Amino acid sequence: MPLTETDVRWVEAPKLGFWDQLYLPAMVDGLKTTLGHMFSKKITEQYPEQEPTLPPNYRGVHRLNRDEAGRVKCVACYMCATACPAHCIDIVAAPAPTEWKDREKYPETFVIDELRCIYCGMCEEACPVDAIELTTLYDLTGASREQMVFDKEKLLSVFDQTTKAGTDPVRSRAGKLGAASEPPPQ
Amino acid sequence: MPTVYVNDKPVEIGTARLNCVQAAGLADTFVPHYCYHEALSVVASCRMCLVEVGERKPDGTVVMQPKVLPGCQTPVKDGTVVVTGDYAKRDQTQAALAYPADYVKGGQPGDRAKRAQADTLEGLLLNHPLDCPVCDKAGECKLQDYSYDYGRSESRMVDEKNQPPNKPGLSSKITLFTDRCIMCTRCVRFTREISGTAELMVNGRGHHEEIDTFPGRPLENKLAGNVVDLCPVGALGSKDFLYKQRVWYLKTVDQVCSRCSTGCSTHVDSNKDIVYRLRARENPLAQGHFMCDEGRYGYHFANSAERFVRPQVKRDGRFQPAPWAQVTPQLKQELSAAVQANARGVVAVLSPYLTVEEAFLLGSYFKGLSADVRLTLGPVPVVGEDDRYPKDVRGNAVEPTKFVIRAEKCPNRRGVEAVLTHLQGAVIPFADVAREALDALWFAGGYPEPGYAEAGIPSDWKAPALLVAQDLFPSLVTAAAKYVLPGTSSFEKEGTFVNHAGLAQSFGRAARPPVEARTELQLGYDLLGRRGLAQAAVVRAEVAGAVSWLAPLGGEVPANGVKLGD
Ligand code: SF4
Ligand code: SF4
Ligand code: SF4
Ligand code: SF4
Ligand code: FES
Repeated sequence: MPLTETDVRWVEAPKLGFWDQLYLPAMVDGLKTTLGHMFSKKITEQYPEQEPTLPPNYRGVHRLNRDEAGRVKCVACYMCATACPAHCIDIVAAPAPTEWKDREKYPETFVIDELRCIYCGMCEEACPVDAIELTTLYDLTGASREQMVFDKEKLLSVFDQTTKAGTDPVRSRAGKLGAASEPPPQ
Repeated sequence: MPTVYVNDKPVEIGTARLNCVQAAGLADTFVPHYCYHEALSVVASCRMCLVEVGERKPDGTVVMQPKVLPGCQTPVKDGTVVVTGDYAKRDQTQAALAYPADYVKGGQPGDRAKRAQADTLEGLLLNHPLDCPVCDKAGECKLQDYSYDYGRSESRMVDEKNQPPNKPGLSSKITLFTDRCIMCTRCVRFTREISGTAELMVNGRGHHEEIDTFPGRPLENKLAGNVVDLCPVGALGSKDFLYKQRVWYLKTVDQVCSRCSTGCSTHVDSNKDIVYRLRARENPLAQGHFMCDEGRYGYHFANSAERFVRPQVKRDGRFQPAPWAQVTPQLKQELSAAVQANARGVVAVLSPYLTVEEAFLLGSYFKGLSADVRLTLGPVPVVGEDDRYPKDVRGNAVEPTKFVIRAEKCPNRRGVEAVLTHLQGAVIPFADVAREALDALWFAGGYPEPGYAEAGIPSDWKAPALLVAQDLFPSLVTAAAKYVLPGTSSFEKEGTFVNHAGLAQSFGRAARPPVEARTELQLGYDLLGRRGLAQAAVVRAEVAGAVSWLAPLGGEVPANGVKLGD
């Protein structure tokens, strides 16, 4: 729809008065703010001495969850790899070991390139068995690119580490909503 | 003209004997089905194809059957009215038929069929494990697709599912996930009607039905792999493909099988230039709906680590890799020198694994050097005898034959022969000249098994000084060669094969050859000094213009190929 002349409202900048032209009151205003901060409670986080507590739905480093028997929960369906917009997940599937009576397929290798990942959480959304989750681990460093490519063992160790520390409880189980879930829309 | 009304749309069926599923297909309406397959007998066991059927009388009134009927088992005739569950999506431009009032009472035409479809799916899913994340069929599964299209989204099942144990020992190549089976019996009917070997059966009744083999009689016949294609769900899995790839990663290219002269039309499924699976492509002109296991599992040679991947030149008795930029001019120069010295002493061998286009280019190059250079047909591998199916229990072929695995194991003998006849008027088998003392020999192989070429070479064969061998695998010939050039498999090139019956099928490339390998077509371009991209279609047009028998290949070749005259 084209604008008509009546739709246009002209606004003029207010004229500066005598005090405004002096600038002094504005300076005093600014100094007041500065002085106020100097004597009020400090709010700057002292990272890294002080670690923040992140909300449980923070999207940090991945982990591969274990099932009750301590085995990797992943069934190598490639859903995460398919959903991943950064193509950073690489899985090789294989028939599950014969002792695993409840499972036909498992990931022989499971590799995530954490440098390539954009931490969007699509993999977590896509997983039908809640096997991959993003944790609140965020301080991720490595001395080389290779160190930042996480294999299955490493991803499982992230699970052990985060569940032991209690920072990241396993979020969703068997369709029930877990700690990080949003409440359903009313 | 006999006319059938599908969702009010009139279609003329001519003299064809069709069932409702086929008639609906003619009217562009899809009737979902599991157990029905064009090549197998009709058992109407899955009940997925339920439709409402009636008859339109000559005076325009319609009489409908009170119940839904399986469309696969119900033949249509003039005036048959078929109403499918998709009636609501019908072509609105067609005038509605005059359905009787008590038939439409309390709803729309098609409602009954629609409910029947949803109920059928609910029944099928009662015991189905819904293993989709680990099921190899996910992504191409009829049960997934139809549940989405026609089923309901929630299960009302509260009881424990029936979980019969899997049968990994069904055959050496096939495993059965018993709980995923929907008892359509396609696999059973295939072994009874097409292979005739009848290894599979239905064991148990009702709720306890299972597909099984007789103890000690596994599903081992040369067509067995087809049951995996036939299975509409993921119950029958190919061990060769099991868990290797998810199907949505695969790129499918239509090709022609190169393992025997039947030349089955295939789908080649590859990902990142690795071929993972071959499936039969329906082609009434070639082999029908199926393919044999030799072809189906016979692609592994292309992924073999033994293959030649770069040109090599023998220096001081040892092969050393050399770049093409060096090899091609050297070859051209040595060949023309040999031709100038003694043209009759130069022989080029064109194997029946080359495409028509490649044979034409290579042949033209040698004939261009001198008319006296002789072109020969490479060894034609013949293994045993033609294997005809179906068979009876004793393994004897039964008429009518529905599938033949040919003894001639190459895809393109007739195509190469046609090119040879055109270029020099006669086809000389290599064996005829093999015992002569030659000056130079170009051996274009491409044999998927080294034994194939060696079987066609006389035991007292002596390699000439200038032997250029182009092949996939090390063999007698490549060992004696001065130059070894890497060959390419049929998956890695485009071109045309002419099968035993003179059916010419063109195909595209499914995977790229190893980095330093060049296709025979490209090599032909290089030798002839032709510029531009090596394109099979361009050469094909030239061949069609030059060789009258191959003239139908000019222009676009239809997907099912063209039948050449005799
Ligand atoms: S968070 Fe996103 S980018 Fe990272 S692995 Fe998961 S899907 Fe891929
Ligand atoms: S989506 Fe889940 S189960 Fe599937 S491969 Fe990824 S982590 Fe494994
Ligand atoms: S057969 Fe189909 S529906 Fe059943 S588990 Fe496999 S993919 Fe899923
Ligand atoms: S195994 Fe597959 S083809 Fe055979 S009856 Fe079961 S679902 Fe049908
Ligand atoms: S396709 Fe008609 S009943 Fe199965």
